[in-house]
Amino acid sequence: MSLKRIDLLICCGSGCISAGAIKIKERFHEVLNEKGMTNEINIIETGCMGPCDYGPVMVIYPEGIFYKKVTPEDVEEIVNDHFMKGRPVKRLMLQDDEEQAISAKKDVPFYQKQVKVALENCGYIDPESLDEYIATGGYEALGTVLTTMSPQETIELMKASGLRGRGGGGFPTHIKWQMVHDAKADQKYYICNGDEGDPGAFMDRSLLEGDPHRVLEGMMIGAYAMGASRGFFYIRAEYPLAIQRIKQAIAQAHEAGLMGDNIFGSQFCFDAEVRTGAGAFVCGEETALIHSIEGSRGNPTPKPPYPAISGLWGKPTVVNNVETLGNIPTIYRKGPEWFASMGTATSKGTKVFALTGDIRNTGLVEVPMGISLRELIFDVGGGMVGDHKFKAVQLGGPSGGCLTTEHLDVGVDYETLKEKGAMMGSGGVIVMNDQKCMVNVAKFFMDFCVDESCGKCSPCRIGLKQMYGILERITNGDGREEDIDELIRLGEAVNKLSLCGLGQTAPNPVLSTLRYFRNEYESHIRDKACNTKVCLPLIHFDIDKDKCIGCSLCARKCPVNCITGSRDEKYTIHQLDCIKCGNCQEVCPVKAVGRIPGMHPEMIAKREADKQRLASED
Amino acid sequence: MKTLADLKKIREKAQEEMKLRGGNVRMKIVVGMGTSGIAMGAREVMKTFLEEIANRNLTDVLVTQTGEKGLSSMEPVVDVIEDGKDKITYGNMSPEKVKKVVVEHIVNGRIVSDFVVATGN
Repeated sequence: MSLKRIDLLICCGSGCISAGAIKIKERFHEVLNEKGMTNEINIIETGCMGPCDYGPVMVIYPEGIFYKKVTPEDVEEIVNDHFMKGRPVKRLMLQDDEEQAISAKKDVPFYQKQVKVALENCGYIDPESLDEYIATGGYEALGTVLTTMSPQETIELMKASGLRGRGGGGFPTHIKWQMVHDAKADQKYYICNGDEGDPGAFMDRSLLEGDPHRVLEGMMIGAYAMGASRGFFYIRAEYPLAIQRIKQAIAQAHEAGLMGDNIFGSQFCFDAEVRTGAGAFVCGEETALIHSIEGSRGNPTPKPPYPAISGLWGKPTVVNNVETLGNIPTIYRKGPEWFASMGTATSKGTKVFALTGDIRNTGLVEVPMGISLRELIFDVGGGMVGDHKFKAVQLGGPSGGCLTTEHLDVGVDYETLKEKGAMMGSGGVIVMNDQKCMVNVAKFFMDFCVDESCGKCSPCRIGLKQMYGILERITNGDGREEDIDELIRLGEAVNKLSLCGLGQTAPNPVLSTLRYFRNEYESHIRDKACNTKVCLPLIHFDIDKDKCIGCSLCARKCPVNCITGSRDEKYTIHQLDCIKCGNCQEVCPVKAVGRIPGMHPEMIAKREADKQRLASED
Repeated sequence: MKTLADLKKIREKAQEEMKLRGGNVRMKIVVGMGTSGIAMGAREVMKTFLEEIANRNLTDVLVTQTGEKGLSSMEPVVDVIEDGKDKITYGNMSPEKVKKVVVEHIVNGRIVSDFVVATGN
């Protein structure tokens, strides 16, 4: 038995690693070596703990003390005060509203409304240790299923739990399993879809990195239910740590006899391997993903036939998302009733979200289905950064849509979100404050989709490009009155006519912002004004003559020399030459320079004149 | 690994390794590790606890630490906390006394009243 008295859990999710977690871990090893305490302290690298904004974070057991934003310089103090003298370091703890230090992880508000199912072990166990996964009840579900249940019973239990695909579509998991189970074939395949491509989403990566054995166990239970003997993990190459961890988990499972032939003494034999994707967004679409594994170009093909009938190499195949697999072991261990007791009538269990944007607690969270957006954003997410107001939230990435303040009390589930014009998607939640221009946001997502369109079908390839062109025109100040109707017409056409999910959902960000922020489009087009002061062609800078003290600093700092004046006359910006770099505003000591919404009248007049000149030349 | 029983064996052993992170703890030993405690040998006391508990394979006993307890004249000071019972505080501890406390109190549940300096909270 060991002499260890402290478990030091350092979050080594990608967020904390980029914030310097590895350096901190090394520094702990150094300091503990110097003090001769290495045999008393366990240093454990865990997967993502969730509150990425506070990284690098760590939790110290047995007390469960939570430290944030730790630097290598803090390490010695932690060892001296906390490890030697039992005095936790207050200044590294989170502060509550009354500026009291919150010591224990369980008291941190970020965790309080969360219910961890798929992320149960993320940030709690060492993801590279099979033993630690087993200690939390790992592989018990697989053993029980293999030794006591028939495949059909396994599917029935899944049906009772009500689990739906967590990749975005929300297709009931048991139906996919049943279809493959019923299909007659000499070989069936199971694919784990780890091709997470939405901007701002990192749920799947964190789960693969933080608890790889859980995903593997989930896959094996499903494979038994449907009769598959081979599995593939399709993970994008941008996720090297996830790939390494899942490969290691497969090797460990083999070594322990949890994988291979006659697992748990049953007839069930299973093997899995990892395939890396090149990072194309479209490869998250299941038919494209299957072609990519086969070695072909990752292009989607029409459905039907569904992969459950003719999938990988023409054999019946189930494609399940990483998070879906992560839920499976717990459902079998704790029972379908327990799982179905959480959530809403149609959406059971919990959902992992990646919270990002203008929010205090960015990071990875898991909450019960049906939680209101208000709770998700203001309680779990900690509200907005600074004094800015909440404006909109983008759910479901480039396939989803924006919701506004009026939807804050909407419960998050598949149906409700769809009805409001957004979607669950894989779980990316981008929160935006009142400084964001919604036209610009829609343009950003459209740009992404134009880049990621595979080009196979015309509506997506040509339609999205046209939509992007119109958005660019609007943000440049050349918007036309008919543009809004044209965007809607194009968007609906692309949605109806595209071959795969990428194209069908790509117009969503534009359509949903048009639905809820039509006035912003209109002011861009009619008033030539971006009221949030984001779109540069639709703003101008001006100097308030009453405030100006004539110091000439702005004129000297202007890179295009478009500011002139004198101490007596004060200074003026020549609007036609201004490149809107904002230098003058930054350097002005008396804040006389303003960033003002709307194109300057001089500029409007000049453009009008140019237009007429061009017309007359024709 | 071929059966659920094999898995259970591994699980029990692994849980033992992870007991610091919560779970089945019957008894908690808290060593006062303030400056005066350390000066009077609290580290030796704690090490002896860790060794004795490891030797006896007492899987449900946790050794942890706290800061200055205000009993400077009786350092090193140790609390033994058991669910549903009064806290027992031992003072003037030494490695020899620790061995006795482990045998009598921790293993057999008999409080070593000679070393007790306070009871209750």
